[in-house]
This record gives sequence, C-alpha cells and structure tokens, in this order.
Amino acid sequence: MNVLNEWAFIGIFAVMAPVFPALPIVIAWLFRPRKPNALKSSTYECGVETIGDTWVQFRVQYYIYGLIFLVFDVEMVFLFPWAVAYNEMSLFGFVAGFLFIFLLTDALFYAWKKNALDWK
Amino acid sequence: MELNAITIGFVVFTIFTLGGGIGVVTTRNLFQGTIWLMVSLFGVAGYFVLLSAPFLAAVQVLVYIGAIAILITFAVMLTRSVTRIKERYIRILPSFIVSLALFLILLFGVTVPIFSGHLPESAPEYVASTRDLGAALVDENGYVVPFLLASVLLTAAMIGAIFIARDESA
Amino acid sequence: MDELCTGLCSVLVEAGADAGLAQFLSLLVGVLLVSGVPLITVILLIWIERKVAARIQDRIGPNRVGPVGLLQTIADMIKLLSKEDITPAAADRVLYNAAPLVSFASVVLIWAVIPFTPFHYGVDLEIGALYFVAIASFGALAIMVAGWASNNKYALLGAFRVVSLLVSYEVPLVFALLLPVLLAGSMSLLDIVNAQTGMWFVALSPLAFVIFYISSQAETGRAPFDLIEAESELVAGFNIEYSGMKFGMFFAAEFLHVFTNGILMALLFFGGWMGPLYYESPLIAFAWLGAKGGLIYFTTLWLRNTVPRLRIDQIMAFNWKFLVPLSIANVILISLALKIMQELGWAPRDLMGASFGQMLPTTFILLVINGFMILYLLGMMRKRGREARRESQIAQASLAQAAAD
Repeated sequence: MNVLNEWAFIGIFAVMAPVFPALPIVIAWLFRPRKPNALKSSTYECGVETIGDTWVQFRVQYYIYGLIFLVFDVEMVFLFPWAVAYNEMSLFGFVAGFLFIFLLTDALFYAWKKNALDWK
Repeated sequence: MELNAITIGFVVFTIFTLGGGIGVVTTRNLFQGTIWLMVSLFGVAGYFVLLSAPFLAAVQVLVYIGAIAILITFAVMLTRSVTRIKERYIRILPSFIVSLALFLILLFGVTVPIFSGHLPESAPEYVASTRDLGAALVDENGYVVPFLLASVLLTAAMIGAIFIARDESA
Repeated sequence: MDELCTGLCSVLVEAGADAGLAQFLSLLVGVLLVSGVPLITVILLIWIERKVAARIQDRIGPNRVGPVGLLQTIADMIKLLSKEDITPAAADRVLYNAAPLVSFASVVLIWAVIPFTPFHYGVDLEIGALYFVAIASFGALAIMVAGWASNNKYALLGAFRVVSLLVSYEVPLVFALLLPVLLAGSMSLLDIVNAQTGMWFVALSPLAFVIFYISSQAETGRAPFDLIEAESELVAGFNIEYSGMKFGMFFAAEFLHVFTNGILMALLFFGGWMGPLYYESPLIAFAWLGAKGGLIYFTTLWLRNTVPRLRIDQIMAFNWKFLVPLSIANVILISLALKIMQELGWAPRDLMGASFGQMLPTTFILLVINGFMILYLLGMMRKRGREARRESQIAQASLAQAAAD
C-alpha cells in the first residue's frame, strides 16, 4: 500500500473511532429518563456540601514527575531511530547511543540524590 | 485545486491548526486553552503526515499531547485560581506590535522566495526512512555531535528544572 | 491509480464508480472490518473478566442470562441504555462529554496497526511501535479532561494521580519496547513479528518482557496499580461524576485496553501468530495470536485479583527508583552484547531471515546475561527485605519497651 493510502486508512479510522462509543451514548440519550433536579446535578462529594473552588492548589511533585517524563519522552524521540538502525551500525554506534543514555541517567541520578523522586 | 485525499487532509488540518490557535487566544480558561493548543498541535502533526514524515507526526503527538499537555496542566495546577482569568490582559499595544512584527517576518519569509524565484526544491515523494535518520544520528561524519549535544541539553534542562522546583518547595 | 486501487476498490471501479469514491469506500470497509474485532471482543471480555474474578474469589459469577451467563453483558448494556445520565451542573459540558469518547477511541485506534495474520491487518505503518505509544497518550489526556471537566475535587485529584502514574510508567514501557525494535531493526509490527521466525524475543530478552508486562499493567490501571479505582481514598477517582453509558465507556475502554496489551505483548515478545501449522491457513495463525494474547490477558486478570493495592508513594518509588534504572541498564547491556556478537560474527545482523540454529548462540549469551541480571536483582531485593524486617523489628521492640515503661 502507498504511504499516504495507509494514512488515509488511519484518518478514516480516527474519524470512525469516536463514533463507536458515541453510538450507544446517543441511543441511550433517546431512551433514558430525564428527571433532573438541583440536588441530583450538584457535585457529588459523599453528601457533604462542596466548599470552595475545585481548583485547589496541588503539590509540586506532580509537576516534577511530569518534567522528568518529558525529558525521557524527548530522549525516546532520538533513541527509536537509533534502535531501528542499530543492526547496521559498528561498535561506534553503540558507544554513541550509550553516551546519550548515560548522560540522561546522570540527570536521573541527580534527581534521585536531590530526593526529587520521593513522593512527599 | 483538485479534490483529492491530500487536499481534504490539508483543509481539515488547517482548520485544526488555525481553529485551535484562535481557541487558545480567545478562551479565558487556562485548561481549555491547553486543550485548544493540543488541537492546534495535532493539526501540525497532520501536516507532517501529508509531507510524508510520519515519524515526525508520531513524535509531535507523543511529545506534545503525551507530555507537554500533561505538564502544562500540572503547571497550571501549581498556581492559584488562574483557570478563570478575570481581568483582561491590558498591555494591548506592546503585544500588538510584537505579533505584527512576527507576522510580517513570517509573511516576508514565505513570500519573498516565491516572488524572487528562489524556490527551494520540493520534497521528494518519500523523504527518508527512520532507519536513515537513525544511521545519520550516530555517523561520525553525520550528526553524532548534535546527537550528543541534544543529550547534554536534555540533561541540563532536567537538572536545572529540578534545582529550581526543589528550591521553591524546600 | 492501478497500484493504489486493488481488491474491492477495483471491483467498484469496474462497476462504474468514481475512482476516488471507490478508494474511500474500500478503505471504509477495511476500517469497519478491523475495528469490528475489538468491538466484538470487548463484549466478550467483560463477561470473561467477571467470570475469572468470580472464580478466583470462590464465587460463580454471572450465570443466569444465556448459557453460562454469556448474555449478561448484553443485558447490562440494555440496562445502561435505560439509565438516567446525570451531568453535574458545574461541569464543563463539552469536555465532559468528549472525554469518554476519546478514552474509548484511543484504545480502538491501536487496533489499526495490529497484524492479525501475516496477510490480514489494517495497515503496516513504518512507525507502528511508536504509533501505539503515541495513541495511548490520548488516553492519559482523556482522563485528565474527564477529571477536570467534572469539576469535582475527588475527580480532579483522582485524575491527577492516575495521569502521573500513567506518564511515570510510560518511561520503562517505552524503554522495554525499544528492545524488540532494536532486535528487529524496524518499528513496523509486521516486521517485528517476522523477525521472530528464528527465535521469539522473549527468549532473547525476558527482562524486557517482564518490564513491559509490569508497566502495561500500570498503564491500564490494574492492581497493584489500581489508583483508578481507589474507592477507599478518592470515592472512585476521575470518573466519580459519570453515570450511565458514559461511565460504561470508560470501563469498556479499560477492559479492551488490558486485552489489547495482551495482544501487543504476544506480537512483540511471543512471535505473534507463529506456532505449529500457522502457514497452513490464516485462521490457524489468527488462532495462535488469540491464544497467546488470551493467555497473557488471563495472567493479568489473575494478578489483578490476587495482589493488594499499593500506596501512591510506593508506586512512584518502585517506578523511578527500580523499574526505570533497570530498564535503562537492560537496554544498554543487551545492545552491547548484541553488538559485540554481531562484530564477532556470532549473531546475524538481519533477523528477518535468521533460522533457529543461527539464533542459538545469540539466545544463549543473552539469556545468560539476563540470568545474571535477575540473580543480582533477587539478591538485592533479599538484602533490602532483610534490612526492612530488621528495622521494623527494632521499631516494634522499642514500641514494646515504651509500653512496658
């Protein structure tokens, strides 16, 4: 199959994929009872009335994990082409890849030593 | 313009990219802004597919929707009640000048080569496979130095970010 | 056009249809056929899941509707259709309704690149392995959107925890995924399976399989990583405000995701459709893939119903301080050993045509390296365990001392 034809398939798939779960929801919308009242559509917090805004301040730890993940994610972008071409490389190819991974492992080690990986 | 799959794709992804951009600047809600930004960046991923660079498209989705979107939401959550920006951003004149300058630079960058006849060669039907990219990354005569510099940059970014984040919380 | 338009498409063109339309229609039929597999499977999966859980907990499970309760899911679906669907007043309506759709779609979309047999698959993308990781990231975003759009503190907190779990475990998952890609020299799932003709990758790198297995258990939010359903701490988690069919969609997506991961592991590590007589008929090949994927799926259910839930700090520490360093070390050691063997000429450079005999030396050496790594890990874990026990004994002794005083 031609490359663009493959992606046309993915494109049609991507359009169809949300339709499959949407269908039963739409059918349910046709059949289901509709008896809303103020109490029913209030925020559910185990019967206690909600206090204040939902948007409470969260801990910084989520952000740090997200950040470390982002760095590793970008690293993957480089490592996948490296892995694909690996079988054709000489030993130098391994050394380059090793240095690349090793430098990032350093950063992980730093995070570990600074207790940035602990959930506090 | 002839109506084929590429044209349809181009129109759809342009709507995604521009519509998402309009959404980002018009919404008052930071979380919705993030989602609009993702719509826009997804459109850019679509452009990469149309340009026969599926690897870059996957990277675009993986890095932006997989990581940046999550990171932005986490960062938004660190601040206090900025989801509903109440007052308008008032420094309209400086932002107008900056965005106009940026727009003009882009406009000239795109149109001048067209009118002066220095058109770059259009990309071949199938650019390069991921394997060629990987081989070039670790080739002594290729991009091995930028490859390792990218690693140094990522390491520096991570150490710096952890340093700053730790300093504030400690 | 000739090259692009084959099979059903050419039939339609001969019948007088427009070429572009014919192409679109044939692609659409392909999409419906491919997506039919997960959509039909998911109905069965819900029944299997409940039945297995029931047996492990010494119950019978659904057994009233249809033979051995097979039609229970259909009955539940009809029930869900008639349920009132409450949208909280404070919710962000558009995003609230979009989240379950994106969540389910992100799982179904993975099936576009899954090769069912050597000849039957949706598409064989050059970047297949990266594709399904990228698509899975939509799932994390959908959970985040669901948590935020519900406008509920528990939902938001649950979504935050789940998303930080998902992104954390994606790191070892992708590092483990790197090894099949590296061994096969391709990201296309079809190539990865064909590269296992000589030897399944699970024999070349069992540790990568174990890491992939653990992280995909976490990616689907199953025990011991089931923060998604932390009913004792967060009431339910990100889906607390959802009801009716939308709530059902989140669960259908989760069930399907678990099975999809089983199939992916069968493809990446267990030779996909390979097995005795697979070349005789596509049906046999399909059955092999289903059997392998089903077996892995069963072990994940087994695990889910056996182990207790971990705390979030334990989950995060396990990932960042154990799984990530281990997966990095695994990639480095295996790639080094493979490169040395390739330079010495012991290992074939192209696994596509390698026979079982050619793969034996490679397999042996990689297995020995993996064995040493596992032995080292076991020794380390025993040491840590002893230390932890001693510490708790000292703590207990001092408590008893304090009580006596």
